[in-house]
Amino acid sequence: MYITLIMLGIIMATVIWWLLRQTLSVQPWVSQTADDEVSGASIDANKKTVGLMTFLAVAASIFALFISAYTIRMEEPDWRPLTEPTLLWANTIVLILASIVYHWTRNAAIKGNDARVKPGLTIAGALTVLFLIGQVVAWQELRAIGAYAANNPANGFFYLLTAVHGLHMLGGLWVWARSTMKVWTGAGADSVRLSIELCTVYWHFLLLVWIVLFGMLLST
Amino acid sequence: MAYVSFADRDHEQEHHDPDTFITKYVYSQDHKVIAIQYGGLAIFIGLVGMLLSSMFRLQLGFPETFDFINPENYYQFVSTHGMIMVVYLLTALFLGGFGNYLIPLQVGSRDMVFPFMNMLSVWVYALSVLILIASFFVPGGATGAGWTLYPPQSISPGTPGTDLGIVLMLVSLAVFIVAFTMGGLNYVTTVLQARCKGMTLMRMPLSVWGIFMATILGLLAFPALLVSAIMLLLDKLIGTSFFMPAMMAAGEVTEYGGGSPILFQHLFWFFGHPEVYIVALPAFGIVSDLLSVHARKNIFGYRMMVWAILAIGGLSFIVWAHHMYVSGMNPYFGFFFATTTLIIAVPTALKVYNWVLTLWQGNIHLRTPMLFAIGFIFTFTHGGLTGLFLGNVTLDLPLSDTYFVVAHFHMVMGVSPVLVVFGAIYHWYPKMTGRMYNETLGKWHFWLTFLGTYSLYLPMHYIGFLGVPRRYYAMGNTDFMPESAVTLNASMTISALIIAATQVIFLYNIFVSLKKGEIADGNPWKATSLEWLTPDTPPKHGNWGHELPVVHRWAYDYAVPGAEDDYTPQTVPASEVSVGRDHGIDH
Repeated sequence: MYITLIMLGIIMATVIWWLLRQTLSVQPWVSQTADDEVSGASIDANKKTVGLMTFLAVAASIFALFISAYTIRMEEPDWRPLTEPTLLWANTIVLILASIVYHWTRNAAIKGNDARVKPGLTIAGALTVLFLIGQVVAWQELRAIGAYAANNPANGFFYLLTAVHGLHMLGGLWVWARSTMKVWTGAGADSVRLSIELCTVYWHFLLLVWIVLFGMLLST
Repeated sequence: MAYVSFADRDHEQEHHDPDTFITKYVYSQDHKVIAIQYGGLAIFIGLVGMLLSSMFRLQLGFPETFDFINPENYYQFVSTHGMIMVVYLLTALFLGGFGNYLIPLQVGSRDMVFPFMNMLSVWVYALSVLILIASFFVPGGATGAGWTLYPPQSISPGTPGTDLGIVLMLVSLAVFIVAFTMGGLNYVTTVLQARCKGMTLMRMPLSVWGIFMATILGLLAFPALLVSAIMLLLDKLIGTSFFMPAMMAAGEVTEYGGGSPILFQHLFWFFGHPEVYIVALPAFGIVSDLLSVHARKNIFGYRMMVWAILAIGGLSFIVWAHHMYVSGMNPYFGFFFATTTLIIAVPTALKVYNWVLTLWQGNIHLRTPMLFAIGFIFTFTHGGLTGLFLGNVTLDLPLSDTYFVVAHFHMVMGVSPVLVVFGAIYHWYPKMTGRMYNETLGKWHFWLTFLGTYSLYLPMHYIGFLGVPRRYYAMGNTDFMPESAVTLNASMTISALIIAATQVIFLYNIFVSLKKGEIADGNPWKATSLEWLTPDTPPKHGNWGHELPVVHRWAYDYAVPGAEDDYTPQTVPASEVSVGRDHGIDH
């Protein structure tokens, strides 16, 4: 549970440190006029951005807990390390590319460059779909050599972690599909700019998660 | 990107008033309707949980009397009762119900920031309740593994409901977590981004602080339950061995091997302990507001109260293994977790002192909500003190499997939050419905519930000390159980039935007062916080009419020395009141 503790420790410490900083010197019982014109938001960001950041904390917590469970279960004597399919390297590169293209599209959207947003968004999504197909093919390869989930906890965790990561990816693709539909039906970059910006953050996050997971799977 | 805060863009918002019955009450995106849907569902399933407890109390009080309760039913009733009360009633009611109702109104927002997701949240919650209920009607019935669902027992033959019951239970929990996450993102973002002008964090009522911190805890802790539920589900359905050790079951060697049941316990309690505070923090916040309003005094030590909420929230993540002392652990770990557990008593005790000091020299009005709030101080202190016993490893080991633990956690996180729930429902009833409840019935409800719970749980501590084990269907003839303990069990059952029957008074009161209650004034308690200052009562869609409120002070300006009224609403500017509280010792 150390990994989870460190992860959550960082999140909780950030939250509490930030809240304390907001509250430390305030004496709300003293009547004062200075604060009256304070606007109603705490963070200099769009509400959807704050919503996404909160969700990322939840997702990070889920993955940290899975990783903790993995490391604890690994210590039992029946653990037989799994040889990961080589295909995963290719998948990783595809996912990195997807993230890069998404970032490039984001920059285009911010500049209002409609001509680049459409192909950018399409390619980023296509690469992500390709990544997911690659993951499913990797599953098939493992099944072909008889590495089923129930055989060994290492196998079980491999399927489980890739599946959970893939499901998060699918959720992202749903949002991607909505903005892509909009762009293809003639909407300007402006109407999907925020969606693209947030998706870029989400894609980077899931790439980071994948690299951590892949690194852990490879090294154990 | 140019940044404009949500409140400043109010004029851009479109306010579609829902007009048909369906859009108004069923597919509603209005936080107040969603709150009532959440609350109604939670109370409904809570009543089911209460009926279940009455049934197993019958068995405990009068063993060998009732044919319809066999050992399988007994364990199903106990397990489902626990799960319903902790998750589907209290979590849903405090965060989904009161969170939804109070956050936008108390911070001066028109609605939650993501209304559509908020609506999805309540419907997904309804689905999870439905799946939970369905588990009673599948072959084999609901799970009887205890609310903690510990493997290997929960999925091994011999335990009730190992076929579909446990599967539906786990699926229902996963669905609930999805619902909670959708709601939780709303609560956090609304508190952070959608407050009205002048509503700084330190001007928020403590109810919002409690709900806000509880939501953060929930968002970070529920994933642990999700992870353990998914992995247990895989162990059950596709035969992985994440948690399942090599074992014999029903005389046969199972296919499982090598799994770690302790891992499940760690994951479960990593959720389970913060869960205690997910339920307790909103109760802390709400009770602070009730005490302050009905004692006509500012809350004592507001800033300390906020920091205590933050401290409890942070500490609640590093005490979980005190639920696992009997599972065995490295003595240093035991020492660590006992220490953190005792440390968490410090901010908690601090809050209790502040509540009592709020009452000191207050102008106390013993209306129903106040009675419940003061009752909470008693039951919570009581349950908190027995927690000090159980936080110590050496004392926990002999007491852990006895009724002492049952008495402890029912006092601290059963009775106490439920008293706050009742107090809060009575307190905000005039705002939610526009009518007053019946005060006499409310007082009857309080006294019967309060004294009833004491006569139920006080003796339970005693039979716990005697060593009467919990979880047993029937005690049989045991030497260590004197006749008095058997009689006590019967009397406790009668108390439980009286408490259950008393809730009919509550239901009668809130339903009949809907039609027959006196028309309520918009601010019957003369309170200062924003929800009492809405132009309409009950507030209409959009809450505030044309203009959002502007806040000039904190929520606790009661009986300010020299002021004309004994309360100054949050929207009153400093210039309109010649005196303030800037005379005190804090300079």
